[in-house]
Amino acid sequence: MSVHPVRNSRMGDILQGGKTSNAVKLSRRDKELLDGQQGKAAQMAMRILVRMAEVDGAAEMMDVSQAHIDGCGLLSEAGLEFAETLAAKGAKVAIPTTLNMGPLDLQNWRQFGVDEDFAAKAIRQAKAYTDMGCIPTWTCAPYQSYLTPRFGQQIAWGESNAICYANSVLGARTNRYGDYIDICAAITGRVPKCGLHLKQNRKGQILLRLADIDPAIIRSNAFYATLGHLIGSLVDDKIPVIEGLATEVSSDQLKALCAAAASSGAVALFHAVGVTPEANTLEEAFQGNTPERIIDIHLSDLRKSCSDLSTANEGAGLDLVVLGCPHFSFDEFRELANLIQTETEKGKTLHPRVQFVVISCQTSYALLQRSEFFNVLADFGVDITLDTCVFHTPMVSPDTKVIMTNSGKCAYYAPGELGVQVAFGTMAECVESAVKGHVCRNEILWKES
Amino acid sequence: MPKRNIVERILNGRPVVAGQAEGRALVSKEPLSFWGGICPQTGEIIDRRHERSGAIVTGRVFVFPQGKGSSTSSAVLLESIKTGFAPAAIINLKVDSILALGSIVSDELYHQAVPIVVLTKEDFFSIKQDDYITIEPDGTVKVSAKLREKGRNA
Repeated sequence: MSVHPVRNSRMGDILQGGKTSNAVKLSRRDKELLDGQQGKAAQMAMRILVRMAEVDGAAEMMDVSQAHIDGCGLLSEAGLEFAETLAAKGAKVAIPTTLNMGPLDLQNWRQFGVDEDFAAKAIRQAKAYTDMGCIPTWTCAPYQSYLTPRFGQQIAWGESNAICYANSVLGARTNRYGDYIDICAAITGRVPKCGLHLKQNRKGQILLRLADIDPAIIRSNAFYATLGHLIGSLVDDKIPVIEGLATEVSSDQLKALCAAAASSGAVALFHAVGVTPEANTLEEAFQGNTPERIIDIHLSDLRKSCSDLSTANEGAGLDLVVLGCPHFSFDEFRELANLIQTETEKGKTLHPRVQFVVISCQTSYALLQRSEFFNVLADFGVDITLDTCVFHTPMVSPDTKVIMTNSGKCAYYAPGELGVQVAFGTMAECVESAVKGHVCRNEILWKES
Repeated sequence: MPKRNIVERILNGRPVVAGQAEGRALVSKEPLSFWGGICPQTGEIIDRRHERSGAIVTGRVFVFPQGKGSSTSSAVLLESIKTGFAPAAIINLKVDSILALGSIVSDELYHQAVPIVVLTKEDFFSIKQDDYITIEPDGTVKVSAKLREKGRNA
C-alpha cells in the first residue's frame, strides 16, 4: 500500500504569505484576518475559509451571526490537535456559537464504562472548544435547545440533521458546513457567499407527492424517519418539495425527517408545502419554476424504505435499545414515559438482557427532572446519557449484537459504525421489544389492509 | 519501480484540492458519507449498504460521484490522512465541499493533502475499476488501463 499525499498547494502557498486570493474578493477586514492582524488563530481560520470559497466558487465572503460546531463531536487525534492548535493560538469565537454533542457524557461517563484515556482526551477537546468561547450546549438538536436561529438569519451550522432543520423548518440560511470550517466561521464571523445562503439557490427542484398515504400514517411518528430515509435516497443533494405533509406535524417529527434524509442523502434543505416557511404555496417553494422531476410516493415505497432501515430480523434477541438520535426532547421523554407506564401497569419490566439507553442534552434533561416522568424512566431502568451519542463515545459494549431504535439516522449508521445488526421500529415497538427481550414489530400502520 | 504504463487517455479535470498522486482506481457509482462510511484506522468502507462495502480505500484513487450524509466526513478524511489510511486521491462528479474541507484542513495542519479532482460526466464514467490513474496539480488525470500488479498495491 502506498499513500501519496503531497504538499498541495497552489492556494496554500498563495495564502501562506498573507497575500490575497486572486479569485475571491476580500473585504478590508478579511484581508486583516488573513494577514494575521487579528491573531494567528483567526489567520488560520480565514485561510481555510478563503480556500473553501475557491472550492465553492464564491465570489466574495459574507457575515454570519451564529454558528453551531460539529467538529467537537468526533474524538480523533487530528480533530483534537486542530482544536488545541486553534485554542493555543488564542482563538475566540466572534459570534454566538453553540456546540454539538461531544465524544463524552461529561458528568456520567464512568457509569457507561468509557475508557479513562479516551475520556481524558475527550475532556481536553471539550475544554479547547469552551476555551474558545463556545456555549456548552453539547447537543445535536440545538434548534430545540438554545439560541434558535430566526427566519432568514445567516448562520454557519454543522451537524447534518441540524443543518437540514435550520434551513427547512426555521428558514435560517446555512450551507452544509463540515467539521472544522464551522469553528473557522465562528472565529471570523465570515463564510463564503454561496449556496444556500442565497435565496436563488433555495428553490425547490424535485416535487414529491404523497399520493395515496392514509392521513393516520402521515400522523404517525415512524412515518417521518421512513419518509426521510426514502427522500435522501431519491434526491441525493437536490432540494425536494414535499406535498401532502400534515400541517400539525411536530418539531420532533420534522427532526426525525431531517435526520434520516441527511443520512441516506445529502439533503440540506427541503420544503413542505403549507408547513415550512419558504413554501406557503407550491409556487413559492419552486420560486415560480417548474420541478425538474415529479415523484409520487406510495405506501409501497414507504414499506420498502421502512424495511431497508432494518438489518435484524423479527424475533432476534435484543441487546440494546437506543432512543434520542437526534437528542431527545422533553416531549419525547413524556411520550416514552407514557409508553413505559402502560407496560409497567401490566406488571411488565425491562428484560434483563436488554440495556435501554436514551440520549439527550442538559436542557431537555433539566425539564425531565422537574416532571413526574423522571421516576417512571428511572424505575424502569432507562439509562440516560447526556452531551454525547452512542456513535461518538465508546459506550456500546463489544458483545452487543442487535440494537433497536426509532431513529432513521441511527438505523442507517449503526451497522457500519457499531458493527451491529439494527432493527428500526416505532418508540412503542422499542419499548415492547425491550420488555420481551427480542425484536417485535406490529407495524400496524404499514400493513396492507 | 514498475515499468512505465502507456497512458491511454488524458482527461482534463477541475482541481478542487490541487496535488499530485497516483494509484489504482477504486470505482463506485454510489455516493458515500465518509463518517459511517470509512474507518480511518483501517481504510475500509464500512457502510454496509454501500456497493463497495469491505473494500479498502487506502492508496487507491477513489472514484465515486459525491459525498453525502454526515458533516463529520471532513473529520474522517482528515484523520485518515493522519493515520496513513487515506485514499491516494479522490475523483468526483460533483464538488463536495465537506471532503474538500477535510483535505484542506489537513494541508493547513500537516502540510499534506489528498488531491481531489472533479471530472465531467463522460470522463468520470470512462474510468474503470483498477485503471491506473495519475493526477497532476492542474487537474490533469492520466488513465492507463489495468496495470497488473508489478509489485505495487498488491
